[in-house]
Amino acid sequence: MKHIRAINQKAVRIEHHTRQEREAVVANGDQDVVALESGQPGPHIPLGCSLVFAPGWEVDSSGGTAGLCQPVERDLFDCYNGCFWPVQVPDHLNHAPDWTSKCATAQQDWRKLDLIFP
Amino acid sequence: MSTIGLREFHPFESAGEHFLYMVPSAGVFHVDKPSWEVLKALDEGPLSIEDLTTSLTGRFEAHEVANAVEELQDIHAIGDVRLPPTRSLPVIPPDNFPLTTMVLNVTNKCNLACTYCYEYGEDKIVDTENGKKPKFMTEETARESVDFMFKESGDNDVANLTFFGGETLLNFKVLKKTLAYANERAAVLGKGVQFSLTTNATLLRPEVIEWLVENEVGVTISIDGPKESQDQFRVFSNGMGSYELVLPKIKELLKRHNTRPIGARVTLTKQNLKVMDIFRHLTDEMGFWSVGFAPVTTADGRDYAIEGEQYEDMLRQFEQLADEFKDAALENRHHGFSNLNETLAEIHKGMSKAFPCGAGLGLVGVATDGDVALCHRFAGSDEHKIGTVSAGLDREQQGRFLETHHIAHKTDCHTCWARPLCAGGCYHEANTRYGTTATPNLHYCDWVRSWTDTCLRVYGEIATHNPDFLRQYDTPIPVSA
Repeated sequence: MKHIRAINQKAVRIEHHTRQEREAVVANGDQDVVALESGQPGPHIPLGCSLVFAPGWEVDSSGGTAGLCQPVERDLFDCYNGCFWPVQVPDHLNHAPDWTSKCATAQQDWRKLDLIFP
Repeated sequence: MSTIGLREFHPFESAGEHFLYMVPSAGVFHVDKPSWEVLKALDEGPLSIEDLTTSLTGRFEAHEVANAVEELQDIHAIGDVRLPPTRSLPVIPPDNFPLTTMVLNVTNKCNLACTYCYEYGEDKIVDTENGKKPKFMTEETARESVDFMFKESGDNDVANLTFFGGETLLNFKVLKKTLAYANERAAVLGKGVQFSLTTNATLLRPEVIEWLVENEVGVTISIDGPKESQDQFRVFSNGMGSYELVLPKIKELLKRHNTRPIGARVTLTKQNLKVMDIFRHLTDEMGFWSVGFAPVTTADGRDYAIEGEQYEDMLRQFEQLADEFKDAALENRHHGFSNLNETLAEIHKGMSKAFPCGAGLGLVGVATDGDVALCHRFAGSDEHKIGTVSAGLDREQQGRFLETHHIAHKTDCHTCWARPLCAGGCYHEANTRYGTTATPNLHYCDWVRSWTDTCLRVYGEIATHNPDFLRQYDTPIPVSA
């Protein structure tokens, strides 16, 4: 690195790791999985819940098409985590980025997910 | 086109240079002028790479900006705003995680009656006076504890055994036998064992000092400073101060004991906050190698509790000592401010903690009856018991403890940049303050952040002007990791 210099031991490891990643890209090409969002230079966010193996809008968890997202199935926490589908959870990209900041694990902390008013 | 924004780090300035403390990785990086300007531009809000480059036109070449952006992205200082924040996953250490240190409470009796004591004072969690625990650990329990320690230390080459109390030396007979037994077992097992001991120094007879020297026992003395400090709280049950009694004994110990550095541990209270004077007295006048300060652990409102502006006063004095430490380090001189020394070691390694300390994981406290607790401060508490020396660690209970106390579950900490080093702070302090070990110590967050920032700035200064000084904190880096 030219502009940034690793000072402590952890930084040296981070630098080493990023260098290895870069070398791997040079050697093998960019192997990042490009999913539903394409045509963008990386990094890529997996969009679409079919990637997180939850009932989604393309196939359901068993691979069929019977249990796809319907407007009534719109308030699953998992929709917030993995999907941009316009569900009725807060807009975590623009409006409410910290909506889940008090929710470390959904199973335990779901009560801390509060209502958001526009 | 993607928009770039700042990600999580704490910037600090030291020796006229800019540094980043990365969160949560705990990497420390130096950044040059173009990188710093990129960060400043993004501090106003996210920008596209084109807008960012345009905003810096005239000051830096486009390729310089592009390179700086790339490098800052590599270390996750900046990134696509659509990327979710980095969250620590509640990954629990494997259940055969080896024990590094066992603290053996050889007695719960003390010959002093320090009013602020967490073991006997108003905030005690175990009734040592009328409780069911024996006052002294028997030789048999101590031997069993040693066996437990070696067994739980797994593949570790060295085990650490710390003797604690009560007043540790009240049970000198068992100490001697335990140390001898531990050495014997270590030789059979082909392991090493290191000993340390904490004492109030009242019982440091020549015979005891001789034994400490011979066995290379590391010694920490609990002492609050000059006479007026020491005699305020560190008193006998009749109210008499202990300074005059301990002074010659400590001097004798410091004169004789050269095999291990000897440290002083000071409890700071509302009435005893002259950090600089205490430090001077204990190092220059008494000759301690190092001095560590700990604010008294107390529930809110106790008459010795440090409050409000006193925290700032304490911080200012810590900063003054840190400044002295820095000057000494730049000239390769020793300075005994151990609070800073320990934090510098953690910063240098880049420790990012999932748990505030090793309690209940690599360290346990053993009560006089052989019950194993999270640490010495909980020894004897049924609520905080995670096994017995005879039956071993209750791995299920330990797992539950680690699961619920992981930083990933301390949601209050998730937006704090100091969490890699603090991780919520002392379990015992939290238990005293909030009645549960699982709560982060929110009463001293501001203090911890200010202090950590000071430590980082000292680190940056030393890294710039005398990086060789930091070699003492090196641990081997597994390059393939």
